[in-house]
Amino acid sequence: MAANDNNILIEVKNLKQYFPVGSGLFANKFLKAVDDVSFYIEKGETLGLVGESGCGKTTTGRTILRLYEPTAGKIIYDGVDITHADMMPYRRKMQIVFQDPYSSLNPRMTVGDIVGEPIDIHKLAGTRKERTEKIIQLLECVGLNSEHANRFPHEFSGGQRQRIGIARALAVDPEFIVCDEPVSALDVSIQAQIVNMFEELQEKMGLTYLFIAHDLSVVKHISRRIGVMYLGKLVELAESYELTFHNVHPYTRSLISAIPIPDPAVSRKKKRIVLEGDVPSPLNPPSGCRFRTRCPYADKLCAEQEPELVEVSKGHFAACHHLDRVAD
Amino acid sequence: MSKTLLDINNLKVSFFTPAGEVKAINDISIRMEEGDVLGIVGESGSGKSVTAYSIMGLIPYPGRIVSGTIEFNGHKIHEMTEKELQDIRGNEVSIIFQDPMTSLNPVYTVGNQIQEVLFLHTKMDKKQAYERSLELLSLVGINEPERRLKQYPHELSGGMRQRVMIAIALACEPKLLIADEPTTALDVTIQAQILELMMELKKKINMSIILITHDLGIVASMCDKIAVMYAGKIVESGTADDIFYNPQHEYTKGLLKSIPKLNKKEHEKLVPIKGVPVDMLNPPAGCPFAPRCDSCMKICLRKMPEYTNISDKHICACWLLQKKGYEAATGGDR
Repeated sequence: MAANDNNILIEVKNLKQYFPVGSGLFANKFLKAVDDVSFYIEKGETLGLVGESGCGKTTTGRTILRLYEPTAGKIIYDGVDITHADMMPYRRKMQIVFQDPYSSLNPRMTVGDIVGEPIDIHKLAGTRKERTEKIIQLLECVGLNSEHANRFPHEFSGGQRQRIGIARALAVDPEFIVCDEPVSALDVSIQAQIVNMFEELQEKMGLTYLFIAHDLSVVKHISRRIGVMYLGKLVELAESYELTFHNVHPYTRSLISAIPIPDPAVSRKKKRIVLEGDVPSPLNPPSGCRFRTRCPYADKLCAEQEPELVEVSKGHFAACHHLDRVAD
Repeated sequence: MSKTLLDINNLKVSFFTPAGEVKAINDISIRMEEGDVLGIVGESGSGKSVTAYSIMGLIPYPGRIVSGTIEFNGHKIHEMTEKELQDIRGNEVSIIFQDPMTSLNPVYTVGNQIQEVLFLHTKMDKKQAYERSLELLSLVGINEPERRLKQYPHELSGGMRQRVMIAIALACEPKLLIADEPTTALDVTIQAQILELMMELKKKINMSIILITHDLGIVASMCDKIAVMYAGKIVESGTADDIFYNPQHEYTKGLLKSIPKLNKKEHEKLVPIKGVPVDMLNPPAGCPFAPRCDSCMKICLRKMPEYTNISDKHICACWLLQKKGYEAATGGDR
């Protein structure tokens, strides 16, 4: 999808992640969580990934970090194929911030030890004093202070815990962070604090993000480009402005029209494209285009043939057989 | 001519926990007319759900109403016994909970659960109740209602379950439907379906709705009136236009600035509200928002401001609007 460019930090080619389900006789059944997804992320940019629950966005993020072993496809980090590489050196470069700030921190460890663990594993501090200094510096970097190092996670609010999770990810001085729904569990007023912090850290440390969320308003705010996923497939990928205002895929259209706008005059006028039915089970996805069961434009072709991701304008990709009909 | 349906006056609800008294609702008044859609917005712990439970008479132990009155459709809810409450719950006032996964009983079929309400509140026989439950399921947009009636909740998707919850809530055509974060657990395309459905049904059977949510987008599109809650108090209330276009309270203003807007073309930096939500065990003495407020004055820390009437329906509790009263209280010194 992308030309060979040294500006690209991460490239994913035809990534597939199938999970075996059932046991005994049924063990040969697979849940295709991510099915043939390709994209790249440039250095210092934020790529947003949106979609509804079960669309495979989280799995994509985790597979890139090799928290799951990919079924097929390639993951290329900074020009090196890491699909089967030893990950230890790469863990210093690639980190993750999890969705749930309540369950992703060990309740028995102090905040200092949580943030210090990656420092210990990668032997980034020579002396005890150096380690403590590093931890304090990290905590201050995310808006906490040195007193917090001796406390336990349960003493903190959701927003503060998410800050601890971010400090832990920053401990190894990474280049790339997968942010897996980092603000979904937070209150609105706290959400903005964390989103701003992600932006400031990116500016300061030149980080590259893969920002996964179901809330398109947040993703649009933080990302330069956005990919939309549906049932394990990437259906549209474009720059955020382009994707929000000139989207072409019928799923993206309905997704965007379904988002309530916090402005009464706008939302009263707005016509929603309400989709029929539910997302089909990924265990048994529809043939051809996976969106066809809920798509107002679907016809025979959609059932028979899977649409390819094609470039509709520069840097804007979409997978649909009927782009010409959807456009107007 | 609309009639007052719900009148809450100076309600205080506290939870008496081992760690101390938590004033979950601290002196709120709400008035609703028939056919109104009222949105209650606020963050977690602001008391919006407890407000809903109070109207249903469902405040969980160790909470109870400390003072104040709740009058609903001619009933004095605050004085009613459990048995009397059971007569109106599900009949005149119904509630939909946030989590459709846990609010249905897993060991009864969908049909059983809808018909249970009908047997409790009407004199329908089995056949009539069956017919009515079929009708309800088609009303909430579930296809193949005959098959669905025989299914158990685990066989249905989240959106489907929330539809069943709505069918149960609507079984007796209530005057008031309380929706407590009805779509928080659902995906946005399903959320759009459910919200659309609620508005359609509202028109069809002319009920009133209280919509409790933290999503300002949802209240903007659905509600006539909005009450903004913070730490057990209604800090501002007014029409949707008042709240969105003429917010007066610093908290409301802060909330509106802190949400990213999808319809804005240029990249605007978000302005977060600094600090953390109040600790409800040790709330500040004055205005609960004072510790996070940029325009905080001395008096804000000491005393809770009275409401100021901005316009007919728009009220707001903030000292900035009460300069006069403030000057009188302090003798003019800042």
